[in-house]
Amino acid sequence: MDVLYFAWVRERIGIPRETVQTDAGTVADLVTELRAREERYAAAFEDLSALRVALDQELSDFDAPLAGVREVAFFPPMTGG
Amino acid sequence: MRISVQEEMFDLGAETATFAAGHSDIGAIVTFTGVVRDLPDDRMDAMEIEHYPGMTEKAIIAMAQNAVERFGLGDVLIIHRYGRLQPGEMIMMVATAAPHRKDAFEAAMFLMDYLKSRAPFWKREISATGAAWVAATDEDEAALTRW
Repeated sequence: MDVLYFAWVRERIGIPRETVQTDAGTVADLVTELRAREERYAAAFEDLSALRVALDQELSDFDAPLAGVREVAFFPPMTGG
Repeated sequence: MRISVQEEMFDLGAETATFAAGHSDIGAIVTFTGVVRDLPDDRMDAMEIEHYPGMTEKAIIAMAQNAVERFGLGDVLIIHRYGRLQPGEMIMMVATAAPHRKDAFEAAMFLMDYLKSRAPFWKREISATGAAWVAATDEDEAALTRW
């Protein structure tokens, strides 16, 4: 699946998007896998309360299942307007 | 309904005039315009606005449709910019049209509250002392609970 990063999450990880091969059942499982990769991922996912997640461009949550999802995005709380 | 997520400046007067024209069933039009405000203690060189292409448009269309149903709007216009903006530049505008002013005002407030916390934009303020992401506030999140 495609994994996208925005704002300071993108800056910490160092790339805006990547394709990830995973069997993770939920968003939280995917986060655990990403954290274990490298320090920059661990730093980006250190505090989940400071992060939001969207699945296929709809806001979701960390307990949500990933079955059938093609695009996951991680970002800080939004500051539009 | 017109939704535009764009990098370029918009013409507030022309947009408002076009929006206001041709509605005989509308008694009230409210417009709100957001402007890049300079930092209180530091001179801002620019504000950079990042967004999530695709999700941004979907999220704004959904909140606009919600506002139309909830407040009985005759029409709604939302323009939101991204990219590098200077202090004093217009960031975005919302216009709502309804038979009566209360619904037009409330719909504009509703849309602003949702755009602030539920449209995937992220602002970064750049000054001589560095760049800082604008943090979302508890007040912004709390504002949604009244709807």
